[in-house]
Amino acid sequence: MNFSSFLLMRQEIALLVIILLLVIAEIFIPKKKKVSIVHLALFLFGIHAIIGFFEIDESSLFGGMFRTNHLIHFFKNVLNIGVLILLLQSADWIQEKIVNQNKGSEFFILLFSSLLGIYFMISAGDFLMFYLGLELSTLPVTALAAYETMKRISSESGIKLILSSALASGVSLFGISMLYASTGSIYFSEVVQVLSSTNLTLLGMVLLFAGISFKISLVPFHFWTADVYEGAPISIASYLSVISKGGAVFILMILLFTVLRPLAHIWENMIYVIAIATMFIGNLFALRQQNMKRFLAFSSIAQAGFILLGIMEGSKLGTATVVYFVLIYIFSNLAAFGVIQAISLQTGKERIKDYEGLYRTNPNLSLVLMLALFSLAGIPPVAGFFGKFFLFTAAASKGFYLLVFLAVVNVTISLYYYLIVVRAMFLRKGENPIPFFRNKIYMRIGLVITVLGILLLGIYSPIYDYIYDLSSALN
Amino acid sequence: MIPGISIYEILTVTSILFFIGVYGFITRTNLISILISVELILNASVVNFVIINKYLFPEALQGVYFSIFIIAVAAAETALAVSIIINLYRQISSVEVKDIETMKY
Repeated sequence: MNFSSFLLMRQEIALLVIILLLVIAEIFIPKKKKVSIVHLALFLFGIHAIIGFFEIDESSLFGGMFRTNHLIHFFKNVLNIGVLILLLQSADWIQEKIVNQNKGSEFFILLFSSLLGIYFMISAGDFLMFYLGLELSTLPVTALAAYETMKRISSESGIKLILSSALASGVSLFGISMLYASTGSIYFSEVVQVLSSTNLTLLGMVLLFAGISFKISLVPFHFWTADVYEGAPISIASYLSVISKGGAVFILMILLFTVLRPLAHIWENMIYVIAIATMFIGNLFALRQQNMKRFLAFSSIAQAGFILLGIMEGSKLGTATVVYFVLIYIFSNLAAFGVIQAISLQTGKERIKDYEGLYRTNPNLSLVLMLALFSLAGIPPVAGFFGKFFLFTAAASKGFYLLVFLAVVNVTISLYYYLIVVRAMFLRKGENPIPFFRNKIYMRIGLVITVLGILLLGIYSPIYDYIYDLSSALN
Repeated sequence: MIPGISIYEILTVTSILFFIGVYGFITRTNLISILISVELILNASVVNFVIINKYLFPEALQGVYFSIFIIAVAAAETALAVSIIINLYRQISSVEVKDIETMKY
């Protein structure tokens, strides 16, 4: 056995080592100095994220169960950056609220385990690895959603998340068993060779798709989203909406473009309908939300609908636009959640009404939130516009003009509710606005990185070209 | 292989099991019953994998070892769900669905 081939799993092994180091640190760091575990975890993960940028060969391991290529490697780096920003933003919350309860290291261990699951899920070469990765990425997050054990809504969100995700994984397993029955293999490369469109494979594909849709919160399967986002700690809500959703979108794309390619003429129709339903329901429900977290939950459902437009294209251009959009979406959504987290940590306020007059007291924070919302809405100078524009181009290049038209209608609707928040911050005076406060250093770094990302990703075109060059790997 | 029983009968049973699970998940009002329904769904897929492997593709063991992993993961899932339910029960002394409705709409 050639051990150097294990270097293909470098990212996974490094993350596993970090998890083990944190377990050891939990044992040996005395109780009074538990705060230092936050710095340790941030330091270790920062190094891991930087090392991740070095190239990895394209190959597969364990008879094709685990495979990696440049696009998958790039996407893992994108997720690393997202998690790093998320940790920077939630460091203060952990130091102030969680370390007292002696649960500081568990937060990082569970979060990193979930990230490890996403790594394995997107590198999966067969359905077993895919399923294990899916579960490993979901179960730690459910534990984290119920993390504030003293709060009732946190437990509620945890129970809702675990029951929905268990149902989702059960449904997708049943679908996988049908694909297995019709093809005789669970390896992606062997399945695709013998897959033909029979009733059995169609049912299997639909059930598998339903299972993944739960994770991305596409429309018939979106009911858990708002409740879980509202009840869970904010950093976990942002993890669910950004990292977990991004990973699931990526694996959905791999499954549809490679394994289920022979059924493309059928899943196109399926996604067509689901994309329209997701965009409309996400946007229309977002209109009437009063709580910022629920508001962002429905906005993230709508964004998932836009992502489906890129998947509709079904080849290199679609892959590139989806990855690019997810990259931008990570930065914009993390910026929005970061501001909400900063405000919630200082004042405990989470309703849109509480944000009235924020610009007068905290101009910097409200500017960051404004940029994030503009990016989510897709207003030209910021990156979100280019992300959406490329997605629409991809869909239009295959001739789905009606779909693009409906998507543009939805962008207009979404602009309305994003601007409600902006209006509350800038135009309304507010009776008792949130008082001025200064963020700690980690939160400030986290927000500055997201702002730079939002501003630069759209203007600096080599990033898109780079993703486009990598994207041929999937097809 | 069970003599006298073809794959169709067993797949019918697992399909019925699966849909009982889905039906139970939607209609039950007790969290523990919902959890049991989910287990039904998972077990339906486990039986499916073993049977398909035995009857259709006996030359490889992919389905059988897949089912072992499903059983292990399902156990972990149940343990986590039960622990969250117990934590909830400590706070509101109830495991009914109608009592976890503080967040809605």
